[in-house]
Amino acid sequence: MTPEQIIFLIVAVVTLVAGVSVVTSRNLIHSALWLILALFGVAVFYVLLEAGFFAVIQVIVYIGAIAILFIFASMLTRRVMQDTGHQSNKNWWLGALIAFGLLVGITLVLVNWQGFTSLAPVLANQSERLSQLGLALVSPDLYVLPFELASVLLVAAMIGAIFVAGEKKQ
Amino acid sequence: MNFISDPITFIANWLGNLLLSWGLSQTFVTVILKFIGAGLVGTFGFALVIFTIWLERKLYGRIQDRLGPNRVGPWGIFQTFPDMIKIFTKEYITPVGADKVVYNLAPILSVSAVLLTWAVIPFAPTIVGTEVNVGVLYLVAVGAIGALGIILAGWSSNNKYSLLGAFRAVAQVVSYEVPMVLALLVPVLLGRSMGVNSLVNAQSVWFIVLSPIAALIFFTSSMAETGRAPFDLLEAESELVAGYQTEYSGLKFGMFYVGEFLHAFTISALTATIFFGGWRGPWTEQVPILGVAWFFIKTFIVYFVVVLIRISMPRLRIDQMLNFNWKFLTPLALVLLVLTAVLDKAFYLVLPSLNLLEAAIPWVRAGMHLLLNLFIVIITVQLLKSYKIKSVQVVAKPKPIAVAPEPPASVIS
Amino acid sequence: MQSDWLFIGLFLLIVALFPGAPIFLAGLISPHRSNTQKSQTYECGLETVGDTWVQFRVQYYIFALTFLVFDVELVFLFPWAVAFGQLSMFGVLSGVIFILILFVELLAAWRKGVLEWA
Repeated sequence: MTPEQIIFLIVAVVTLVAGVSVVTSRNLIHSALWLILALFGVAVFYVLLEAGFFAVIQVIVYIGAIAILFIFASMLTRRVMQDTGHQSNKNWWLGALIAFGLLVGITLVLVNWQGFTSLAPVLANQSERLSQLGLALVSPDLYVLPFELASVLLVAAMIGAIFVAGEKKQ
Repeated sequence: MNFISDPITFIANWLGNLLLSWGLSQTFVTVILKFIGAGLVGTFGFALVIFTIWLERKLYGRIQDRLGPNRVGPWGIFQTFPDMIKIFTKEYITPVGADKVVYNLAPILSVSAVLLTWAVIPFAPTIVGTEVNVGVLYLVAVGAIGALGIILAGWSSNNKYSLLGAFRAVAQVVSYEVPMVLALLVPVLLGRSMGVNSLVNAQSVWFIVLSPIAALIFFTSSMAETGRAPFDLLEAESELVAGYQTEYSGLKFGMFYVGEFLHAFTISALTATIFFGGWRGPWTEQVPILGVAWFFIKTFIVYFVVVLIRISMPRLRIDQMLNFNWKFLTPLALVLLVLTAVLDKAFYLVLPSLNLLEAAIPWVRAGMHLLLNLFIVIITVQLLKSYKIKSVQVVAKPKPIAVAPEPPASVIS
Repeated sequence: MQSDWLFIGLFLLIVALFPGAPIFLAGLISPHRSNTQKSQTYECGLETVGDTWVQFRVQYYIFALTFLVFDVELVFLFPWAVAFGQLSMFGVLSGVIFILILFVELLAAWRKGVLEWA
């Protein structure tokens, strides 16, 4: 077992436990904190995949902005944070059945996937990787249109914020 | 490379060879060396705080026309040690209903976020914790973790004033991250790289000459991020007690305190590295270890300016701070970024047609960017002058003043 | 490159330990004389009134959301800035248009009065 595999296994277990705890935790803020741990685990996966840029972006955007937004939003909605009801409802057996069926389906699909045995394409040198990404983002024949549309999407998000604030003002 | 000119690399190589000769595998040797290096950098960062706190208190005292600490040791150098011992022995008073795990985690997160930045700051051409090629973004990421520590501290204290203080603190920290990162984009653009050591290497002309506005925006936003005066509403004793730190006592509060001082020193180090050339100075190519001296000289000069600003300016209100950020700094940073990008590309497109000397190119480029910055400053000042402050909102009509009746004649005589 | 990140991983562990160990040690050294009066949450010396739940103003959410929008913008801008040396003027101008769209949106939010604290 190479050290990378050991690290991967440990982080995978931590991320899965954190993911399950997000759903099963009783306190809303605790769920948000477990989510932060799960997102951090994903950032470590990005590092293991030699995508350091995406690891830091994951921390900056997801943990630094979205998780904080989650915490703010959960504080915005409810006064009482403790979930005192049942954690499951009457039809939990149907949900479990469907989830198990999905798991079996995904496992079958993955077993027949060639990607597990073929080698990943060799990436460029570290310092050139970012330059290639930047070039790809603005090349006319590559991704410049999604690049500009992303900014329009961000404008849409801001307009949503303006709408939310405008309503509360009245 | 012999021992005198480059001791750290020499020792690292010697130690690595020693461990290899004992039969350990290469990966294990790498891990051990990295571990020792990480421990050294962490210890160094922590040890710096002791000196920094003394320096700040001494400066504070001197500027306020008093002596500052002068009892313990010559010039009071060892003052921080008795303070540390005192804070070690204070009781931890956990408020009732506090969330135990999160309550204890918050100061650790706060201090860790600051200590983590020291991993990528280059002290010398060869002495750097690690040279990740996304160093600049890594700095932003650990700043985001710091913001998380604040809100965890405020929420877990089960105190509505801590919570309010934490909200305001996070609003401030998160708002000032935007111009800070935009201002960091300008050196990345000019230096064509995100690694911190590569940025220092690219500074044949210091970036503060190329873009003083970006340096100022970065410096101001970093000071606001730290919660340093004049932006220290987060911990204003007269307003929200200690804000999100109200319910912390003993060493947990000490950790917040240490984290704040270290953060102030860290932003001085970052400003010195990214905008003032870091370890660059005369004779650094021949004797790399001299870079450490240049780095510290520049950092301490910037830190001196930080302390000066703290001592001499009054505190801003939260709405003034946020207005300043969103309505002044962010548009200014965006405009600066756009104009710098266009100018730099135009310069490099026009360059072959001008016949300049090889060595003069960086200076001409620096001159053009400096002119652009001056132009932006002039336009901004003109805009500010023409912006009329809206009339002060009258809240209520002035109330009639009670006039004292004339005293009776007998009292006057 | 992996070894660079390994340093950061080890550094993370050490740095989580550096504040943690003294806090733990100080917990052992310091006295533990807690009583109900001391453990009360602080409200300027009075008894706490009302729930620990404050009316959360939507302004905090708006600022966090604006920050998120600019954060995502930066994700796109950093590779553009790193690849700057090899871009043509078209590439530079696409980035400039991206920034200008967001600049206009910031001005629109300003005009709508969203960025006020009050």
